[in-house]
Amino acid sequence: MATMQSRNLARMMLFPSVVLLLAWMIVPLCMTLYFSFLDYNLLTPGNEEFIGFLNYEFFLTDPAFFASFFNTLLLVGGVLLITICGGIGLAILLDQAIWGRNYVRIMVLAPFFVMPTVSALVWKNMLMNPVNGLFAHFAIWIGVEPVDFFAQIPLLSIIIIVSWQWLPFAALILLTSIQSLDREQLEAADLDGAGPFSKFIYIVMPHLSRAITAVILIETIFLLSIFAEILVTTSGGPGYASTNLTYLIYTQSLLQFDVGGGSAGGIVAVIIANIVAIFLMRLIGKNLED
Amino acid sequence: MATNNSNKSKIIYTALAWGISGMIFFPILWTLLTSFKTEAEAISANPSLFMFDWTLENYSDVLARSPYFNHFWNSVVISIGSSLLGLIIAIPAAWSMAFVQTKRTKHLLMWMLSTKMLPPVGVLIPIYLMFRDFSLLDTKLGLVIVMTLVNLPIMVWMLYTYFREIPHEILEASRMDGCSIGEEIFHVLLPLALPGIASTLLLNVILAWNEAFWTLILTAANAAPLTAFIASYSSPEGLFYAKLSAASVMAIVPILILGWFSQKQLVRGLSFGAVK
Amino acid sequence: MGSITLKQVTKTFGDVNVIKPIDLQIHDGEFIVFVGPSGCGKSTLLRMIAGLEDTTSGNIDIDGKDATNTPPAKRGLAMVFQSYALYPHMSVRNNIAFPLKRAKVPPAEIEAKIASAAKILNLGDYLDRKPGQLSGGQRQRVAIGRAIVRQPSAFLFDEPLSNLDASLRVNMRLEISELHKTLDTTMIYVTHDQVEAMTMADRIAVFNAGVIEQVGTPLELYQTPVNRFVAGFIGSPKMNFIEVEPVDGNPTSCVGVRPEHLKVTQDKGLWTGKVGVIEHLGSETFLHIHVDGVGPLTLKADGDCPLKYGDNVNLTAPQNKIMHFDAAGKTLPPTPFSGN
Repeated sequence: MATMQSRNLARMMLFPSVVLLLAWMIVPLCMTLYFSFLDYNLLTPGNEEFIGFLNYEFFLTDPAFFASFFNTLLLVGGVLLITICGGIGLAILLDQAIWGRNYVRIMVLAPFFVMPTVSALVWKNMLMNPVNGLFAHFAIWIGVEPVDFFAQIPLLSIIIIVSWQWLPFAALILLTSIQSLDREQLEAADLDGAGPFSKFIYIVMPHLSRAITAVILIETIFLLSIFAEILVTTSGGPGYASTNLTYLIYTQSLLQFDVGGGSAGGIVAVIIANIVAIFLMRLIGKNLED
Repeated sequence: MATNNSNKSKIIYTALAWGISGMIFFPILWTLLTSFKTEAEAISANPSLFMFDWTLENYSDVLARSPYFNHFWNSVVISIGSSLLGLIIAIPAAWSMAFVQTKRTKHLLMWMLSTKMLPPVGVLIPIYLMFRDFSLLDTKLGLVIVMTLVNLPIMVWMLYTYFREIPHEILEASRMDGCSIGEEIFHVLLPLALPGIASTLLLNVILAWNEAFWTLILTAANAAPLTAFIASYSSPEGLFYAKLSAASVMAIVPILILGWFSQKQLVRGLSFGAVK
Repeated sequence: MGSITLKQVTKTFGDVNVIKPIDLQIHDGEFIVFVGPSGCGKSTLLRMIAGLEDTTSGNIDIDGKDATNTPPAKRGLAMVFQSYALYPHMSVRNNIAFPLKRAKVPPAEIEAKIASAAKILNLGDYLDRKPGQLSGGQRQRVAIGRAIVRQPSAFLFDEPLSNLDASLRVNMRLEISELHKTLDTTMIYVTHDQVEAMTMADRIAVFNAGVIEQVGTPLELYQTPVNRFVAGFIGSPKMNFIEVEPVDGNPTSCVGVRPEHLKVTQDKGLWTGKVGVIEHLGSETFLHIHVDGVGPLTLKADGDCPLKYGDNVNLTAPQNKIMHFDAAGKTLPPTPFSGN
């Protein structure tokens, strides 16, 4: 397939995608970088001036940054932990011979297709509401004090909601991976006298490792940018208790109109995401060579 | 191997699987049930699973709030429009990368992937300002453009992995048989890749339908799709659970059904082909 | 018509010379086989003739006209691919009709051509099936059918039998040879299997590392290989090579004896060894004999060879069947050999 004619044509056909993506990502990113060195507030337009790294200094020394940075870590880490462990368990369970496996699969998968604003609102109002929520009713029924989820444990509540959304994804990917496990390997292990536990440790887990890495990295990309769930439940509060980086930058730029500061934050978020991305690209790049 | 023992473990596993999946599915089931309750029953301290007066009142109420259809229509236009537009741009690119590989192909794919990893807040302000200056804020056109670009890397990647499974030799055979490149794509590649193209379309419709960053930030009353419309239910407290449920059910059911059809492709699309 | 001339043809991928300058004249109506180990450039050269790969330098003439930069569809050649490359979404009938439709042949004529191809290839019962419903041999026939309806000036075959099982391969080999006799059209056939090459070819071109080592009829290659590579590649089991010390006046650094020319003798012979594994094929027997200071030698004996594992034997070979090679592997004129 490698004649000059087809190569030239291929270049032409790549052109629109490449140009569009360049325009969509690189150009605005450069603008963000530029804004981040300006004193630029939408409320006082026309007064932009170059202030060097001052925006970064303000952003990085703001207590809100530390709070939201750790919240981001907790949110990503917590959701990963829950979805990976739960996902492995579910994947193994769904891989067994059970009646009605297709229906079970459909039920497990469903939360992933629910739009973030719907799932956040359903959990916030109908399940976690301290007065009218189902959990509160249940708590009173068994005789304990209902938890006011978004006041007392705002971040954990969001972690629970997001985990519910992403557990199906982890379970589905891991299930697909388990099902691609060569059954002869397990039979060979049976002949070698391996019990269920050592089969899990020595055969299933190594086989799953690539899928687990994929889940971790892909979820991380999406989880770093969690936004809607916070917006409709806690709006980042109380205080900064459930503000993550994405939400902090959003409030700074579009609620406080501080374009310079928000841009500096945006660049910081890009750098953090890049660190994750490098690992993901390695994984997928390796896969490309197979 | 239909021994008693394996039957017993099958019963245990089945019970366990149904129990756990029931719990995972419960919030959706509960929303569905609540949407048929009256507001008073919806917040009752002794909620009943099925024994209540079933009513369709909430649905008619939500629909009577006339904008609902608008928002639904916005979601349809934005998700389907951006997915179709994306396909038109992505198919030629994926063809190039799958069938005319050069040393740069891999880097190009990686670069496309990397744009997907850029956090949206990194480009939030410039995009917002550009939208403001070009009067694209709160327009369907603006969101179609954004959704197309947001999902373009995924589309190129998915199509690329599907195209790569089509043997080169078949395309070469068509070239020997007298096809021009256009005929080759039209008569041979597209029919062969149709399942892959359909599932790429499907997955992107789902992703665009559920996208909740740009839709929340770039729209207001006019072009808001369902994601943004539902978010407006977050403010008032009180007697609105049943209506929230009805609106939610209508927002998620179409995509839930599409999603169930595209389970397999979902794995592949979202893992960029790393897991098949 | 179907004569193809390659003049100083080369191909480079990046900095790798896949094809070093090659000159080859393929005559109208001949069955030529390109044979060689994998990676030797034979398939690349075939694809260059087809127009699926660019030619880096040199010229490819088809029927006397320069076709170096002609697109594949305009070269008047048909190709049968290793994977058959049938269009899975089309019925057998449409697969065969596809090139004719592209060439805007009138429908009635297409029908007639499909019917005659189906008759030649015994495809009548399968015309309305999809390729997925056919066996490997049937798919191969469809691929050939798709090639013959175009009445190309030459057929190109790229390892067409390697995906078939052994017995089917023998049948298809005969069918393709038969087809060549019937159509009397030039065929260029690429394979890594020297048995296919020997049995089918009018002429064989032996490829190695991007060059043609030797072109000739099967018997020429077997009897008078120009070098050690060709000698080793043609013939099965492989020729035995025995390294010797070159002496003054005799540059021989290696001698070669084909297994079928090696004989067990009661006399002292040229070599002495111990019988290793014995492979009985019924019609013949392959003995693997360990010779001290030389290594293992393979000997082809009659089907009822009485030797057993561990027997000590003396080996010899007729002087005119022993080939001599110099240090570079080139064949030398025969000289008497007295063992090492």
